[in-house]
Amino acid sequence: MLNRTIAPPIKDAIDFDITLKDCTRMSLSNGVPVYYINDGAEEVAMIDFVFEAGNNYENKNGVAVATNHLIKNGTTKRNAFEITEYFEYYGAYLSRKCYNETASITLHCLAKHLKELLPLIRELITVSIFPQSELEIFQQNSIQRLSVNMLKCDFVANRLIDQYLYGPNHPYGRVSTKENVEAITRQDVLDFYRDFYNNAKCSIFSAGKLPADFEELLDFQFGDLSLNNKIITVKHTRELALQKKHFIRNDHNGVQGAIRIGRPFPDRKHPDFKKAIVLNTLYGGYFGSRLMGNIREDKGYTYGIHSYLENHLEESSWVVSTEAGKEVCQATIDEVYKEMELLRNEPINAEELLLVKNYMMGLNLGYIDGPFQIISRWKSLILNQLDENYFYDSIRVIKEVTSKELLELANKYLVPEDFFELLVI
Amino acid sequence: MINFERFTLNNGLRVIVHEDKSTPMAVVDVMYDVGARDEDEEHTGFAHLFEHLMFGGSLHIESYDEPLQMAGGENNAYTTNDLTNYYCQLPAENIETAFWLESDRMCSLAFNENSLEVQRKVVSEEFKEQYINKPYGDVWHKLRELSYKEHPYKWMTIGKKLSHIENAKLQDVKDFFFKHYTPSNAILTVAGNVTVDQIKQLAEKWFGDIPAGKKYDRKIKQEPEQKEPRMMEVTESVPLDALYKCWHIASRLDKRYYVTEIISEILAGGASSRLFQSLVKEQQLFSSIECSHMGSIDPGLLYIDGKLLKGVSLEVAENAVIVELEKMKTELISKVELEKIKNKTESMLAFEDISLMNRANSLANYELLGDANLMNTELESYQAVTREEIMEECKRIFVDTNCSTLYYRSTIKETVMDADVQLRYP
Repeated sequence: MLNRTIAPPIKDAIDFDITLKDCTRMSLSNGVPVYYINDGAEEVAMIDFVFEAGNNYENKNGVAVATNHLIKNGTTKRNAFEITEYFEYYGAYLSRKCYNETASITLHCLAKHLKELLPLIRELITVSIFPQSELEIFQQNSIQRLSVNMLKCDFVANRLIDQYLYGPNHPYGRVSTKENVEAITRQDVLDFYRDFYNNAKCSIFSAGKLPADFEELLDFQFGDLSLNNKIITVKHTRELALQKKHFIRNDHNGVQGAIRIGRPFPDRKHPDFKKAIVLNTLYGGYFGSRLMGNIREDKGYTYGIHSYLENHLEESSWVVSTEAGKEVCQATIDEVYKEMELLRNEPINAEELLLVKNYMMGLNLGYIDGPFQIISRWKSLILNQLDENYFYDSIRVIKEVTSKELLELANKYLVPEDFFELLVI
Repeated sequence: MINFERFTLNNGLRVIVHEDKSTPMAVVDVMYDVGARDEDEEHTGFAHLFEHLMFGGSLHIESYDEPLQMAGGENNAYTTNDLTNYYCQLPAENIETAFWLESDRMCSLAFNENSLEVQRKVVSEEFKEQYINKPYGDVWHKLRELSYKEHPYKWMTIGKKLSHIENAKLQDVKDFFFKHYTPSNAILTVAGNVTVDQIKQLAEKWFGDIPAGKKYDRKIKQEPEQKEPRMMEVTESVPLDALYKCWHIASRLDKRYYVTEIISEILAGGASSRLFQSLVKEQQLFSSIECSHMGSIDPGLLYIDGKLLKGVSLEVAENAVIVELEKMKTELISKVELEKIKNKTESMLAFEDISLMNRANSLANYELLGDANLMNTELESYQAVTREEIMEECKRIFVDTNCSTLYYRSTIKETVMDADVQLRYP
């Protein structure tokens, strides 16, 4: 008879060896670095062009996003419809994303179509024309979308907490408003395009079942372009809000409040960062975290509560985020601080620490499963100017960090006085 | 081509194994053939509430999550109108932990009053977060009630109203469990770095002695044909007028389902789709427009959801949509247009199959529909669709008497944004 009270033996995930498979590196004739992994079971490919063209580089709010978004809305040879139809005809998905430091153009397609599709990407980064009519539609629709989002307490809270933690002029704290969107001109976009796409600093990441002549294909399409320039990075200073506690009444019919509690935190190269990832996981970074256990699974105040270290290239922040019933918002906030206090005062017991470590190791093992996952690990390292040693060091910290170190860390950072607190109802 | 093997235990549990030696991980997916459509109209939201309770401890194991996390795994679950799915991923070497946990909660839950009390609150907050505290959050409650008069698709998975969840009793929970959570009503799918023999042995060991239970016989009232156009108007404090239209479509296993899927792609599947190009770009009547369908097993709904540009009337916008639909009924779409959608479908399916979790989930889904191997013939079904079939299906779907329309009118005349917020910044 099977005894179901006895758990099957497990191999502690901390005993797993995790190896980050290397990626192939090459440079185009113009020096543009290419990182790729040629592998996979499906006949698909992903290629990601990363430009140093995030909102960090704009002089006017919203121009970086507008340029990135509209880059496929017209070239000297084709209009917006023809461009989209071309990609879609080949069953390809072209996406654009604009971040703080970088902006990307990413293609997902069947590998056999790369040859037909890459020339159009060349066209987008060399001869886009940003028609006035396309800009106007973009502005109009962005403003409409914003008007809907501004009624959502979580959206408003996310904007505000970043403003408190970085300042409204910092790229990490800057938000778009109706006035900013309206103020963008075609000339702003054309100038930004010239300075950050025509003459760019670009890196290329790719994965999938790539064609045999992949390197030649890339070099032929992109090796002669001005994509490897030195771009001067403007250094922004963090300006913390003067006031720590904020309450915003946004929607008079609101039945829930969005709570954000955050503090500034150094960048990922800081010696505390890797340990903080472990402490954060335990505190609010996974389903079994202290915050979830207490505030969702014990008290039922919320559908979910999370804490995280913001993923920025420069300085970061440590933030707790949740939406809770209107009548239990204050109780939720109190519990968030109580959980900090516990971590400052009581060492984490051995079992809970092992559980978090095992969980994180399992997660890391899954993160490097398959070429698409592996290339995104490499991309993250490379864009942060790190190498595999950083990856292995993070793994080592997960395995080795002690309860005593985490107690010290909690006493250094999980200090209520350092946190900015926001409630939006 | 996704390889798999299939076998059935004596108690009726169906098991599917998909070997993939390229990964260090394993996925264990347990799908139960029960969803919101199996609920009683006075106790809606139950299948989903139940999904939450499945994590509150089982017969011999106090908590589901901790042992799994200790084994380096993570998990999640979801409920739809048709089914409930529980899945976890963990290092393949620790796979037995997942068998231990999943089989114990198939034996029986702990039925703990406190867990019910807490999860009632959690689900109430989920209800508020997703459906009350968001602009347009109640749209699907309204559209389902308008479109379905008999079929249980008339309520959402989260439930018809908060009170149904708040009033759930422990006895209801027990009854629900023993009715639906039986081996013969479940499919166990295992994918990853495993072997078929190993899974056969583990399945027999952990699930083999669970009593088969009584086979649940689904008796659902099917929706009678809609005979008249239906119209509803609401006025809410949202910033933009919105238009919603939905039409009854064929069931998941009908060949016409694939035709409908392609129709929704042609209409609004991307930036070169018809509705986007005509109504957002050229005529500038909408700031966004989408067309999709519920993807349900019983006959579902195809719907269009558009936010109007300020200054455009709902009547004008609706007419413009109808003009586009009329074109679909009277003119064959071009060969290129059809080829485009088929190519997109091919690559979309290929990308979906990259993730081990997706593969396991798809196999389970198709097995629930009747045959896991549908996963490998899916693309052919799309490829077989002709232009003529598309026109025929449009003629059948896009008729007034098959349509429900919702005008969602905005009371906010001036878009006020940010003033409040900026003032409060010190």
